[in-house]
Amino acid sequence: MSKNLKIIANGIITENPTFVQLLGMCPTLAVTTSLKNGIGMGLSAAAVLVASNVLISLLRKLIPEKVRIAAYIVIIATFVTIIDLLLKAFLPSLADQLGIFIPLIVVNCIILARAEAYASKNTVGKSALDGLGMGLGFTLALSLISAVREFFGAGTLFDIKIYGDVITPPSIVTMAPGGFIVLGLLIALINHIAAKRKAGDK
Amino acid sequence: MSYLSLIIGALFTQNFVMVKFLGICPFLGVSKKINTAAGMGMAVTFVMAVASAITYLVNLILGSKFEYLQTIVFILIIAGLVQFVEMFVKKSMPSLYNALGIYLPLITTNCAVLGVALLNVQNGYNFIQSVLYGTFAALGFTMAIIIFAGIRETIDDADIPESFKGFPIALITAGLMAIAFMGFSGFTI
Repeated sequence: MSKNLKIIANGIITENPTFVQLLGMCPTLAVTTSLKNGIGMGLSAAAVLVASNVLISLLRKLIPEKVRIAAYIVIIATFVTIIDLLLKAFLPSLADQLGIFIPLIVVNCIILARAEAYASKNTVGKSALDGLGMGLGFTLALSLISAVREFFGAGTLFDIKIYGDVITPPSIVTMAPGGFIVLGLLIALINHIAAKRKAGDK
Repeated sequence: MSYLSLIIGALFTQNFVMVKFLGICPFLGVSKKINTAAGMGMAVTFVMAVASAITYLVNLILGSKFEYLQTIVFILIIAGLVQFVEMFVKKSMPSLYNALGIYLPLITTNCAVLGVALLNVQNGYNFIQSVLYGTFAALGFTMAIIIFAGIRETIDDADIPESFKGFPIALITAGLMAIAFMGFSGFTI
Protein backbone atom coordinates (compact mmCIF):
# COMPACT_ATOMS: atom_id res chain seq x y z
CA MET A 1 0.00 0.00 0.00
CA SER A 2 1.36 3.41 -0.91
CA LYS A 3 2.03 5.97 1.81
CA ASN A 4 -0.85 8.25 0.81
CA LEU A 5 -3.38 5.44 0.80
CA LYS A 6 -2.13 4.39 4.21
CA ILE A 7 -2.90 7.84 5.69
CA ILE A 8 -6.45 7.70 4.32
CA ALA A 9 -7.02 4.11 5.43
CA ASN A 10 -5.79 5.04 8.90
CA GLY A 11 -8.71 7.44 9.28
CA ILE A 12 -11.28 5.11 7.79
CA ILE A 13 -10.36 1.88 9.58
CA THR A 14 -7.48 1.78 12.07
CA GLU A 15 -8.35 4.98 13.87
CA ASN A 16 -11.99 5.37 12.84
CA PRO A 17 -13.15 8.49 14.72
CA THR A 18 -16.52 7.06 15.73
CA PHE A 19 -16.00 3.35 16.35
CA VAL A 20 -12.38 3.36 17.58
CA GLN A 21 -11.70 6.82 18.99
CA LEU A 22 -15.32 7.40 20.12
CA LEU A 23 -15.19 11.10 19.28
CA GLY A 24 -17.99 13.37 18.11
CA MET A 25 -20.80 11.43 19.73
CA CYS A 26 -23.45 14.20 19.68
CA PRO A 27 -23.95 14.42 15.90
CA THR A 28 -23.38 10.66 15.63
CA LEU A 29 -26.46 10.02 17.74
CA ALA A 30 -28.59 13.03 16.88
CA VAL A 31 -28.68 13.13 13.09
CA THR A 32 -28.49 9.43 12.21
CA THR A 33 -32.26 9.03 11.99
CA SER A 34 -32.13 8.57 8.22
CA LEU A 35 -29.41 7.61 5.74
CA LYS A 36 -29.70 10.93 3.92
CA ASN A 37 -29.11 12.94 7.08
CA GLY A 38 -26.23 10.71 8.17
CA ILE A 39 -24.39 11.10 4.87
CA GLY A 40 -25.13 14.85 4.74
CA MET A 41 -23.73 15.37 8.23
CA GLY A 42 -20.70 13.15 7.54
CA LEU A 43 -19.77 14.96 4.34
CA SER A 44 -20.27 18.42 5.90
CA ALA A 45 -17.96 17.51 8.76
CA ALA A 46 -15.48 15.96 6.30
CA ALA A 47 -15.39 19.16 4.23
CA VAL A 48 -14.70 21.25 7.35
CA LEU A 49 -12.08 18.75 8.48
CA VAL A 50 -10.13 18.85 5.20
CA ALA A 51 -10.30 22.64 4.91
CA SER A 52 -9.32 23.33 8.52
CA ASN A 53 -6.52 20.73 8.41
CA VAL A 54 -5.05 22.38 5.29
CA LEU A 55 -5.23 25.92 6.65
CA ILE A 56 -3.91 25.01 10.08
CA SER A 57 -1.05 23.07 8.51
CA LEU A 58 -0.21 26.10 6.34
CA LEU A 59 -0.22 28.38 9.38
CA ARG A 60 1.45 25.96 11.78
CA LYS A 61 4.71 27.92 11.94
CA LEU A 62 2.96 31.29 12.31
CA ILE A 63 0.51 30.52 15.12
CA PRO A 64 2.09 31.13 18.54
CA GLU A 65 2.05 28.07 20.81
CA LYS A 66 0.10 29.79 23.61
CA VAL A 67 -2.95 30.86 21.60
CA ARG A 68 -3.05 27.92 19.23
CA ILE A 69 -6.32 26.40 20.50
CA ALA A 70 -8.15 29.73 20.19
CA ALA A 71 -6.71 30.20 16.69
CA TYR A 72 -7.81 26.68 15.68
CA ILE A 73 -11.32 27.31 16.97
CA VAL A 74 -11.63 30.55 14.96
CA ILE A 75 -10.40 28.80 11.79
CA ILE A 76 -12.79 25.88 12.30
CA ALA A 77 -15.72 28.19 13.12
CA THR A 78 -15.08 30.13 9.91
CA PHE A 79 -15.27 27.02 7.74
CA VAL A 80 -18.35 25.79 9.61
CA THR A 81 -20.07 29.11 8.91
CA ILE A 82 -19.23 28.76 5.21
CA ILE A 83 -20.67 25.23 5.09
CA ASP A 84 -23.72 26.36 7.06
CA LEU A 85 -24.47 29.17 4.59
CA LEU A 86 -23.82 26.92 1.57
CA LEU A 87 -26.19 24.24 2.86
CA LYS A 88 -28.88 26.81 3.62
CA ALA A 89 -28.56 28.18 0.09
CA PHE A 90 -28.33 24.99 -1.95
CA LEU A 91 -29.79 22.18 0.20
CA PRO A 92 -32.37 23.95 2.39
CA SER A 93 -34.30 20.79 3.28
CA LEU A 94 -31.16 19.02 4.53
CA ALA A 95 -30.08 22.16 6.43
CA ASP A 96 -33.51 22.21 8.05
CA GLN A 97 -33.26 18.57 9.13
CA LEU A 98 -29.75 18.89 10.56
CA GLY A 99 -30.71 22.14 12.35
CA ILE A 100 -28.30 23.36 14.99
CA PHE A 101 -26.04 20.36 14.50
CA ILE A 102 -24.45 22.11 11.52
CA PRO A 103 -23.14 25.09 13.56
CA LEU A 104 -22.30 22.58 16.28
CA ILE A 105 -19.66 21.00 14.00
CA VAL A 106 -17.45 23.71 15.58
CA VAL A 107 -17.35 21.80 18.84
CA ASN A 108 -17.01 18.38 17.21
CA CYS A 109 -13.99 16.97 19.02
CA ILE A 110 -12.74 15.11 15.92
CA ILE A 111 -11.87 18.33 14.11
CA LEU A 112 -10.03 19.98 16.99
CA ALA A 113 -8.33 16.68 17.80
CA ARG A 114 -6.94 16.31 14.26
CA ALA A 115 -5.85 19.96 14.21
CA GLU A 116 -3.93 19.51 17.44
CA ALA A 117 -2.63 16.00 16.91
CA TYR A 118 -1.90 16.00 13.18
CA ALA A 119 -2.24 19.21 11.16
CA SER A 120 -0.10 21.25 13.57
CA LYS A 121 2.83 18.86 13.08
CA ASN A 122 2.62 17.69 9.46
CA THR A 123 2.91 19.04 5.92
CA VAL A 124 -0.05 20.41 4.00
CA GLY A 125 -0.44 17.41 1.69
CA LYS A 126 -0.34 14.89 4.50
CA SER A 127 -2.76 16.96 6.59
CA ALA A 128 -5.23 17.15 3.71
CA LEU A 129 -5.11 13.38 3.28
CA ASP A 130 -5.50 12.86 7.02
CA GLY A 131 -8.55 15.15 7.01
CA LEU A 132 -9.99 13.27 4.07
CA GLY A 133 -9.44 9.88 5.72
CA MET A 134 -10.90 10.93 9.05
CA GLY A 135 -13.81 12.67 7.31
CA LEU A 136 -14.59 9.60 5.23
CA GLY A 137 -14.28 7.39 8.31
CA PHE A 138 -16.77 9.60 10.10
CA THR A 139 -19.12 9.61 7.08
CA LEU A 140 -18.88 5.84 6.79
CA ALA A 141 -19.68 5.35 10.47
CA LEU A 142 -22.65 7.72 10.32
CA SER A 143 -23.92 6.01 7.16
CA LEU A 144 -23.74 2.60 8.80
CA ILE A 145 -25.57 3.74 11.95
CA SER A 146 -28.20 5.68 10.04
CA ALA A 147 -28.78 2.83 7.57
CA VAL A 148 -29.44 0.44 10.47
CA ARG A 149 -31.72 2.94 12.22
CA GLU A 150 -33.67 3.88 9.10
CA PHE A 151 -34.05 0.27 8.01
CA PHE A 152 -35.30 -1.04 11.34
CA GLY A 153 -37.06 2.09 12.55
CA ALA A 154 -38.86 3.29 9.44
CA GLY A 155 -38.61 0.32 7.07
CA THR A 156 -37.04 2.51 4.41
CA LEU A 157 -33.60 3.26 2.93
CA PHE A 158 -33.02 6.66 1.29
CA ASP A 159 -36.78 7.18 1.82
CA ILE A 160 -37.55 4.19 -0.45
CA LYS A 161 -39.99 1.75 1.15
CA ILE A 162 -38.52 -1.67 1.80
CA TYR A 163 -40.85 -3.60 4.08
CA GLY A 164 -42.96 -0.96 5.81
CA ASP A 165 -46.26 -2.32 4.43
CA VAL A 166 -45.82 -5.88 5.68
CA ILE A 167 -44.72 -5.28 9.27
CA THR A 168 -45.05 -2.03 11.16
CA PRO A 169 -41.45 -1.02 11.94
CA PRO A 170 -40.70 -0.16 15.60
CA SER A 171 -40.31 3.60 15.34
CA ILE A 172 -38.45 3.75 18.66
CA VAL A 173 -35.27 2.84 16.74
CA THR A 174 -35.32 6.23 15.02
CA MET A 175 -36.08 8.01 18.29
CA ALA A 176 -33.56 8.97 20.98
CA PRO A 177 -33.31 5.62 22.84
CA GLY A 178 -32.76 3.77 19.56
CA GLY A 179 -29.75 5.97 18.82
CA PHE A 180 -27.98 4.97 22.03
CA ILE A 181 -28.87 1.29 21.76
CA VAL A 182 -28.00 0.86 18.06
CA LEU A 183 -24.61 2.52 18.54
CA GLY A 184 -23.95 0.39 21.64
CA LEU A 185 -24.78 -2.81 19.75
CA LEU A 186 -22.66 -1.80 16.73
CA ILE A 187 -19.60 -1.04 18.87
CA ALA A 188 -20.09 -4.32 20.72
CA LEU A 189 -20.25 -6.13 17.36
CA ILE A 190 -17.06 -4.42 16.17
CA ASN A 191 -15.30 -5.29 19.45
CA HIS A 192 -16.43 -8.89 19.01
CA ILE A 193 -15.10 -9.09 15.43
CA ALA A 194 -11.82 -7.45 16.44
CA ALA A 195 -11.38 -9.89 19.32
CA LYS A 196 -12.09 -12.86 17.05
CA ARG A 197 -9.58 -11.68 14.45
CA LYS A 198 -6.95 -11.16 17.13
CA ALA A 199 -7.56 -14.69 18.44
CA GLY A 200 -7.30 -15.98 14.88
CA ASP A 201 -3.91 -14.34 14.38
CA LYS A 202 -2.34 -16.19 17.28
CA MET B 1 -45.02 30.49 26.92
CA SER B 2 -45.09 30.52 30.68
CA TYR B 3 -41.84 30.33 32.61
CA LEU B 4 -42.95 27.15 34.36
CA SER B 5 -43.54 25.23 31.15
CA LEU B 6 -40.16 26.48 29.89
CA ILE B 7 -38.51 25.06 33.02
CA ILE B 8 -40.35 21.73 32.84
CA GLY B 9 -39.49 21.45 29.16
CA ALA B 10 -35.79 22.14 29.73
CA LEU B 11 -35.58 19.70 32.64
CA PHE B 12 -37.68 16.77 31.41
CA THR B 13 -39.56 16.77 28.11
CA GLN B 14 -36.70 18.27 26.11
CA ASN B 15 -33.88 17.05 28.34
CA PHE B 16 -30.61 18.03 26.67
CA VAL B 17 -28.87 14.68 26.97
CA MET B 18 -31.70 12.17 26.76
CA VAL B 19 -33.90 13.81 24.14
CA LYS B 20 -31.89 16.43 22.28
CA PHE B 21 -28.51 14.62 22.21
CA LEU B 22 -26.51 17.63 23.37
CA GLY B 23 -23.56 17.20 25.72
CA ILE B 24 -23.09 13.49 25.04
CA CYS B 25 -19.28 13.61 25.24
CA PRO B 26 -19.04 14.64 28.92
CA PHE B 27 -22.15 12.56 29.64
CA LEU B 28 -20.30 9.43 28.55
CA GLY B 29 -16.79 10.56 29.49
CA VAL B 30 -17.20 11.97 33.00
CA SER B 31 -19.85 9.61 34.37
CA LYS B 32 -17.77 6.89 36.03
CA LYS B 33 -18.17 8.34 39.57
CA ILE B 34 -21.10 10.26 41.08
CA ASN B 35 -18.82 12.87 42.69
CA THR B 36 -17.05 13.95 39.52
CA ALA B 37 -20.33 13.80 37.61
CA ALA B 38 -21.90 16.20 40.10
CA GLY B 39 -18.88 18.53 39.95
CA MET B 40 -18.98 18.53 36.17
CA GLY B 41 -22.72 19.24 36.27
CA MET B 42 -22.20 22.21 38.58
CA ALA B 43 -19.47 23.73 36.44
CA VAL B 44 -21.52 23.25 33.27
CA THR B 45 -24.58 24.80 34.94
CA PHE B 46 -22.62 27.91 35.85
CA VAL B 47 -21.08 28.28 32.40
CA MET B 48 -24.38 27.68 30.61
CA ALA B 49 -26.29 30.19 32.74
CA VAL B 50 -23.69 32.93 32.25
CA ALA B 51 -23.16 32.06 28.58
CA SER B 52 -26.93 32.34 27.94
CA ALA B 53 -26.96 35.83 29.44
CA ILE B 54 -23.85 37.10 27.64
CA THR B 55 -24.66 35.59 24.24
CA TYR B 56 -28.15 37.10 24.44
CA LEU B 57 -26.70 40.57 24.94
CA VAL B 58 -24.00 40.12 22.31
CA ASN B 59 -26.56 38.87 19.84
CA LEU B 60 -28.43 42.15 20.27
CA ILE B 61 -25.29 43.96 19.13
CA LEU B 62 -24.78 41.58 16.20
CA GLY B 63 -28.36 42.10 15.04
CA SER B 64 -29.48 40.71 11.71
CA LYS B 65 -26.71 42.48 9.82
CA PHE B 66 -23.92 40.34 11.27
CA GLU B 67 -25.99 37.22 11.83
CA TYR B 68 -23.44 35.12 9.98
CA LEU B 69 -20.87 35.87 12.70
CA GLN B 70 -23.02 34.19 15.39
CA THR B 71 -21.23 30.86 15.53
CA ILE B 72 -17.74 32.38 15.58
CA VAL B 73 -18.56 35.03 18.17
CA PHE B 74 -20.46 32.63 20.44
CA ILE B 75 -17.70 30.04 20.54
CA LEU B 76 -15.12 32.72 21.37
CA ILE B 77 -17.31 34.05 24.18
CA ILE B 78 -17.72 30.55 25.57
CA ALA B 79 -13.99 29.81 25.34
CA GLY B 80 -13.21 33.07 27.12
CA LEU B 81 -15.85 32.43 29.76
CA VAL B 82 -14.54 28.95 30.51
CA GLN B 83 -11.02 30.36 30.85
CA PHE B 84 -12.35 32.97 33.27
CA VAL B 85 -14.25 30.39 35.32
CA GLU B 86 -11.12 28.27 35.47
CA MET B 87 -9.01 31.17 36.81
CA PHE B 88 -11.72 32.18 39.28
CA VAL B 89 -12.21 28.67 40.67
CA LYS B 90 -8.44 28.14 40.88
CA LYS B 91 -7.99 31.27 42.97
CA SER B 92 -11.03 31.15 45.25
CA MET B 93 -11.94 27.46 45.51
CA PRO B 94 -8.74 25.43 45.07
CA SER B 95 -10.33 22.23 46.42
CA LEU B 96 -13.08 22.27 43.78
CA TYR B 97 -10.47 23.15 41.16
CA ASN B 98 -8.45 20.08 42.04
CA ALA B 99 -11.55 17.88 41.96
CA LEU B 100 -12.60 19.11 38.51
CA GLY B 101 -9.07 19.49 37.14
CA ILE B 102 -9.03 18.58 33.47
CA TYR B 103 -12.81 18.67 33.07
CA LEU B 104 -12.99 22.44 33.41
CA PRO B 105 -11.29 23.45 30.12
CA LEU B 106 -13.21 20.67 28.35
CA ILE B 107 -16.47 22.55 28.90
CA THR B 108 -15.57 24.72 25.89
CA THR B 109 -16.09 21.77 23.57
CA ASN B 110 -19.29 20.68 25.34
CA CYS B 111 -21.85 21.13 22.59
CA ALA B 112 -24.60 21.76 25.15
CA VAL B 113 -23.11 25.20 25.86
CA LEU B 114 -22.91 26.40 22.25
CA GLY B 115 -26.17 24.54 21.62
CA VAL B 116 -28.07 26.48 24.27
CA ALA B 117 -26.76 29.79 22.94
CA LEU B 118 -27.91 28.92 19.42
CA LEU B 119 -31.27 27.54 20.59
CA ASN B 120 -31.98 30.71 22.59
CA VAL B 121 -31.56 32.74 19.41
CA GLN B 122 -33.47 30.23 17.26
CA ASN B 123 -36.44 30.13 19.64
CA GLY B 124 -36.52 33.92 19.96
CA TYR B 125 -36.32 33.90 23.77
CA ASN B 126 -36.07 37.19 25.66
CA PHE B 127 -33.37 37.82 28.27
CA ILE B 128 -35.14 36.17 31.22
CA GLN B 129 -36.29 33.22 29.14
CA SER B 130 -32.75 32.71 27.78
CA VAL B 131 -31.18 32.67 31.24
CA LEU B 132 -33.90 30.39 32.62
CA TYR B 133 -33.61 28.02 29.68
CA GLY B 134 -29.81 27.92 29.95
CA THR B 135 -29.89 27.29 33.69
CA PHE B 136 -32.56 24.60 33.68
CA ALA B 137 -31.30 22.83 30.58
CA ALA B 138 -27.96 22.58 32.42
CA LEU B 139 -29.69 21.29 35.55
CA GLY B 140 -31.41 18.70 33.34
CA PHE B 141 -27.95 17.72 32.09
CA THR B 142 -26.67 17.53 35.68
CA MET B 143 -29.61 15.35 36.73
CA ALA B 144 -29.11 12.96 33.81
CA ILE B 145 -25.34 12.64 34.33
CA ILE B 146 -25.70 11.99 38.09
CA ILE B 147 -28.36 9.29 37.57
CA PHE B 148 -26.21 7.75 34.83
CA ALA B 149 -23.09 7.79 37.02
CA GLY B 150 -25.05 6.07 39.77
CA ILE B 151 -26.09 3.28 37.41
CA ARG B 152 -22.59 2.91 35.98
CA GLU B 153 -21.03 2.52 39.43
CA THR B 154 -23.23 -0.55 39.92
CA ILE B 155 -22.70 -1.92 36.42
CA ASP B 156 -18.96 -2.04 37.05
CA ASP B 157 -19.52 -4.99 39.38
CA ALA B 158 -21.82 -6.88 37.01
CA ASP B 159 -20.82 -9.81 34.82
CA ILE B 160 -20.99 -8.41 31.28
CA PRO B 161 -20.09 -10.22 28.03
CA GLU B 162 -16.53 -9.32 26.98
CA SER B 163 -17.42 -7.37 23.83
CA PHE B 164 -20.01 -5.27 25.68
CA LYS B 165 -17.61 -4.09 28.38
CA GLY B 166 -17.03 -0.36 28.73
CA PHE B 167 -18.58 1.84 26.11
CA PRO B 168 -21.25 -0.43 24.54
CA ILE B 169 -22.95 -1.29 27.82
CA ALA B 170 -22.85 2.38 28.84
CA LEU B 171 -24.60 3.33 25.60
CA ILE B 172 -27.27 0.67 26.06
CA THR B 173 -27.82 1.84 29.65
CA ALA B 174 -28.21 5.39 28.34
CA GLY B 175 -30.70 4.07 25.78
CA LEU B 176 -32.81 2.49 28.53
CA MET B 177 -32.66 5.76 30.47
CA ALA B 178 -33.80 7.60 27.34
CA ILE B 179 -36.83 5.30 27.17
CA ALA B 180 -37.68 6.35 30.72
CA PHE B 181 -37.34 10.00 29.70
CA MET B 182 -39.73 9.38 26.79
CA GLY B 183 -42.38 8.94 29.46
CA PHE B 184 -42.26 12.71 29.96
CA SER B 185 -43.04 13.49 26.33
CA GLY B 186 -46.29 15.33 25.87
CA PHE B 187 -46.16 16.43 29.51
CA THR B 188 -47.05 20.14 29.52
CA ILE B 189 -48.38 22.65 31.99
